[in-house]
Amino acid sequence: MAGAGRFEGFDRRWLFLVVWILVMVPLVRPLMLPLVVTPPAQAYHDAIEAIPDGSNVLLSADYDPGALPELVPMTKTTLRRLFSKRCKVVVTCLWNGGPGVVDQAVRSVAEGEFHLTDGEDFAHLGYKAGNESVMVLMGQGFANAFPNDYRGRPTAAMPIMQRVRDYGSIAMLVSISAGYPGTKEWVQQVQARFHVRMVSGCTAVSAPEYYPYLRSGQLLGLLGGMAGAAEYERVTGLTGPATRGMDAQSLAHVFVAVCIIAGNVLQWTRRRAAAGGARGQP
Amino acid sequence: MRQMAWAGGLLAVAAVFALAGFTRGFSVTLAAALTLCIFSFLYKDNPFYKFAEHLFVGVSAGYYIILNFWTVIVPNLWDPLLATFKGDVGPGNAHRAWWEVVFGAQLGEYRYWLLLPGLFGVLLFTRFVPKLAWLSRWALAIIIGVYAGIKTTGFAQGDLVAQAEDSMRTFWIPGDVAGSLNNIIFTLGLVTSLVFFFFSKEHKGALGLTARVGIFFLMVSFGAGYGYTVMSRISLLIGRFQFLLDNWLGLVRF
Repeated sequence: MAGAGRFEGFDRRWLFLVVWILVMVPLVRPLMLPLVVTPPAQAYHDAIEAIPDGSNVLLSADYDPGALPELVPMTKTTLRRLFSKRCKVVVTCLWNGGPGVVDQAVRSVAEGEFHLTDGEDFAHLGYKAGNESVMVLMGQGFANAFPNDYRGRPTAAMPIMQRVRDYGSIAMLVSISAGYPGTKEWVQQVQARFHVRMVSGCTAVSAPEYYPYLRSGQLLGLLGGMAGAAEYERVTGLTGPATRGMDAQSLAHVFVAVCIIAGNVLQWTRRRAAAGGARGQP
Repeated sequence: MRQMAWAGGLLAVAAVFALAGFTRGFSVTLAAALTLCIFSFLYKDNPFYKFAEHLFVGVSAGYYIILNFWTVIVPNLWDPLLATFKGDVGPGNAHRAWWEVVFGAQLGEYRYWLLLPGLFGVLLFTRFVPKLAWLSRWALAIIIGVYAGIKTTGFAQGDLVAQAEDSMRTFWIPGDVAGSLNNIIFTLGLVTSLVFFFFSKEHKGALGLTARVGIFFLMVSFGAGYGYTVMSRISLLIGRFQFLLDNWLGLVRF
């Protein structure tokens, strides 16, 4: 009881400090902990490699800066693979806080690394309000829902939009999603109706919700959070910020697990002592 | 002595910010300063945190209004209507009859139909005038009706049918013991979890036992969800640290 009681007034800021150290140190000095590629990440990679070179792809990047460390690395790695296969990629965003972050990620890969032409090899159509109704409207033509791209240029006149017109003209739908609207809605509104081949990358917190879609074959592959992004970087032979963040991720997870076990042991000890004390009372 | 230490510390922090601001740019330094303001809440609530929090709320509200105006109202409503009223029928539509052009949904952008959603959008603002507030219910009724329809059909196709179909699995896959075991566990978890949510009969006897097994499976799923949530939150911290170390201080390249 005395041992458990010592922790009653424990200042939780010490826990914050330990987490701070466990995250910061491996980022400065990487530990190179092993990283295993799981079947969902391998399936994501295989699905993208299976589409024919030069295919049309719709990538819906539905997130905002809050999901940046998890989803931008997988967005960039996916774009690298797609552009390596000379795919024509149309990017959309259904989160109002997202188009700026997404535009930065798309241009850094498309223009910065592959020197591709905006409007011919790729297009970023930007944000559109309406959630599922936008997905449905896109079935009548992408340019219908997005008359202008992110920079305000008419999309109907773009060469890439002559090829990538609607869901019937794409070889794959890639949903990079942080929640609602995202992968779940793309599955319900588009994959189920138009039977489009689809893969998803999502935040870790929403990954458990999407595993049933992977099992049923509605999703061909799934990347869950920073770990999924790191696995995809590993399987494609690249080393990015997700891989570099995994040491910190692992140490923090171990610490959280230790805290949970310690908390349970303390709680159990306290209950046991309290029960013993109650029995001892007259 | 203590005052001198505080002054020295503040001077050092100011020097880091000045140097980073000079080498990395004002916007990156501002973002780093706001990140540190938010982090300061971990120690205790303070004016720096409050400032960053209020700034975020204000900037977000303004940003979302402007973004929606320029990316939704202007390209999807204002520009098409303006073009229609100007008599601009769009490329390749000159041979069509006028009603095909101005009411043709397949043409995408030249539609008088857009007057209707525009009108209903305006009606939403009648909530600011108490005597006319009832008019906003028409617009809300359309929004609710459309979304209910879209969600229902989407759920029926994407979840109900597809997931029910996938749930019917064979217990024995020849030559695949692990797969067979997986299917048996899956079916056991599915049935017992469903039984747990059956409240029309008291959970006693066989029903109670089955429901308790269902609780076990639900706990496993909650644990997995919690683990993934921890991963998400730690990822956010890692992302901020990567920003501070790389983009701001330039100490490590990620």
